[in-house]
Amino acid sequence: MSGTFGNPEVIQEEVDILLIGGGMACCGAAYEIQRWADAAKAEHGVDLKIKLVDKAAMDRSGAVAQGLSAINTYIGSEQDPADYARMVSNDLMGITRDDLAYDLGRHVDESVHLFEEWGLPIWKTDENGERHDGAQGMTPLKDGGKPVRSGKWQIMINGESYKWIVAEAAKKVLGSDRIQERVFIVKLVNDKNDKNRIAGAVGFSTREHKVFVYKAKAILLAAGGCVNLFRPRSVGEGQGRAWYPVWNAGSTYTMAAEAGAELTMMENRFVPARFKDGYGPVGAWFLLFKAQATNANGEVYMQKNKEMLNDYPPYGQAAVPASCLRNHLMLKEMKEGRGPIYMDTVTALGKLKETLTPREVKHLEAEAWEDFLDMCVGQCGIWVGENIEPEKKNSELMPTEPYLLGSHSGCCGIWTSGPDDVGAPTDEAAAGVPAHLPKGWNWGYRGMTTVSGLFTAGDGVGASGHKFSSGSHAEGRMAAKSMVKYCVDNKDLKVELDTPAEQLVEEIYKPVRNFLEHKDYTTAIDVNPNYITPKMLQFRLQKIMDEYVAGVATYYTTNDKMLAVAEEKLGMLKEDAEKMRAKDLHELLRAWENYHRILTAEAHMKHIQFREESRYPGFYYRMDKNFVDEQNWKCFVNSIYDKTSKKWTCFKRAHVDLVDKSKLFKPAAH
Amino acid sequence: MPTYVRTDKCDGCKGGDKTACMYICPHDLMKLDKDGSETGHAMRAFNQEPEQCWECYSCVKICPQQAIEARHYADIVPLGGQVQPLRGADSIMWTIKFRNGTLKRFKFPIRTTPEGSIDPYGGKPTASMANIAKTGFFVQCNGYRAGNPAELIRK
Repeated sequence: MSGTFGNPEVIQEEVDILLIGGGMACCGAAYEIQRWADAAKAEHGVDLKIKLVDKAAMDRSGAVAQGLSAINTYIGSEQDPADYARMVSNDLMGITRDDLAYDLGRHVDESVHLFEEWGLPIWKTDENGERHDGAQGMTPLKDGGKPVRSGKWQIMINGESYKWIVAEAAKKVLGSDRIQERVFIVKLVNDKNDKNRIAGAVGFSTREHKVFVYKAKAILLAAGGCVNLFRPRSVGEGQGRAWYPVWNAGSTYTMAAEAGAELTMMENRFVPARFKDGYGPVGAWFLLFKAQATNANGEVYMQKNKEMLNDYPPYGQAAVPASCLRNHLMLKEMKEGRGPIYMDTVTALGKLKETLTPREVKHLEAEAWEDFLDMCVGQCGIWVGENIEPEKKNSELMPTEPYLLGSHSGCCGIWTSGPDDVGAPTDEAAAGVPAHLPKGWNWGYRGMTTVSGLFTAGDGVGASGHKFSSGSHAEGRMAAKSMVKYCVDNKDLKVELDTPAEQLVEEIYKPVRNFLEHKDYTTAIDVNPNYITPKMLQFRLQKIMDEYVAGVATYYTTNDKMLAVAEEKLGMLKEDAEKMRAKDLHELLRAWENYHRILTAEAHMKHIQFREESRYPGFYYRMDKNFVDEQNWKCFVNSIYDKTSKKWTCFKRAHVDLVDKSKLFKPAAH
Repeated sequence: MPTYVRTDKCDGCKGGDKTACMYICPHDLMKLDKDGSETGHAMRAFNQEPEQCWECYSCVKICPQQAIEARHYADIVPLGGQVQPLRGADSIMWTIKFRNGTLKRFKFPIRTTPEGSIDPYGGKPTASMANIAKTGFFVQCNGYRAGNPAELIRK
């Protein structure tokens, strides 16, 4: 039977391991998993059925779809995983899980070396210090080749086809029979006999009238961060030009929360300071080309305002102050009327040219353009439209709208089991953690959430951050191993969906039903008192978040009263989400993406409300608590969501350092 | 910079069920107008939601007819510029035209191995269940960093 728009065909499938997402994390998992599955079969007679489901096409899905000009996490032989854990901690204002960061630091270079073997061109430095692109056949990294560092942790690549290459390896391992593209998973399903265990997931095809109901023992949920939950600075066509990929809709956080998984640090956000409007990367300009950011008068605000860093000890006193504090110093210039802020590309390139040959100058120009063309073509679009040649004209910088993510310079996400060999706590020192949740930082399976059988990686793993593309891949590989172990350990487990398939189909197709039932009530398809379009619902969400939850409209400020207003408005928005309409499968995709955005936004708001301080000055300020309170709030804020009552419960978890952070800091100036 | 499809070049991928641009768009934006009822141009693809376009250029790069280009975001960018790639097997060529007519061309490598040549497990060891709870992966590529044990202050 083939389905129709209002009456989809229902496909039920039982697997052992389901991978949700097709980005770097799931590609890593797909690569690693089969070798361990083969071992499980050979040694235990357990034949694991595995499937990967992606809402897009793996060749160009996830945050690396467009490509990248750098790999931001490469430890190298000269640095220790502890140095990496220290950097992650300080950039995120002290509250991260050292166990997760340290473990990632141990593993991540393995993935980078594979990328190079598979064909990713990685820039190299020769014995004279000259830079070469990655197609020159120089010594690979794994044999001691020297990368081009554009910062302590970053290496430059020719990364236009980065995702294409990584996906090729993953697809070859799984084979097309075990990959389902263009199916959007929108809900996880718990086990009928154990509500704290995962049993499956449901979604729909965006191409055919089909709903997919998967039963699975173990699930890797790695479907990215959350974009466009705040009103973006560009609200016309430019709304698509989000800094992080516009298709990241908070699906990871919402589906995990609804399944009962504990979230962590959902108050954290990232507000990148980027080239204005195009959101092109600034890393290479700062670190490789040695450019400086200035106010409109040419003053370097990081120098001019450096005393402000002393307001936030010890995080402001590290050699590289936390990202949020760098924004904090920039915002002072903007708020006091000394904008626009500029990247001084003219001076930087001018200085570099003084010591270079004409051939090297030409190479330098190509490098500057490639930095955008490999990962952010839109920025080039702005440069050509505005006649900006970086050696002749400076470009504006701007802090963007807020983004939620766990793999880039942010740390919101799911509370995840870490390694057990690095000295992480095995008990919980903070009071108030709901009794059914695990106590320490590891509970048997690396990468597992607090829901049995539900794993995560990449943007899903909270309280870590700075994993980026390579780290997400490595984290997916770690989770793959654990999932195989989980399935072998639980080989006799039979999971059962707690909700009948027919009911799940009805829930998923509700926006379609809303449309079909009411579409003939009015003459204008988009204006109807019985339903709301996903697009208008998104605008409403963005307006609430922007105006009350510290978006760009208020220079990232909020307070307890504004949050209370937001809470009420978000509550009504969540109710109205039940009335979303979908006039076709494309709009059904948008409807569910926006539902995921709403719940993620609500978690963000509830966490900011619970944390009575301003932990990330420059990213957001609670003006009624405009300070960092190390005494009371140097702790994790975690939460769980009850999908029946639709209420959040926030609580503290104690933070401890597993590596010594004092090495980072210079003594305070005053 | 939403992408647009040129009527004179798009052939709807010759009547296949899905076009290359529909296959690749990460945000489900490209759509084939089979009978022309949506655009007036039968058997041509179009960007159905331009304000959701990330301008990732996936459709531009994959189009076998080079029928897809980008017109920079109208709410931000002055008209007249154009950034157009031609993606080959091992490199990509960019032609960059400024509003004022300045022209630049760049060529960058994109991969060092032939497309489709990756042999994921070729020459790689198998895994043993004895190692599944240990750190590290099934294969070691000289990238695992055990770390200095003295750095772990609670261990």
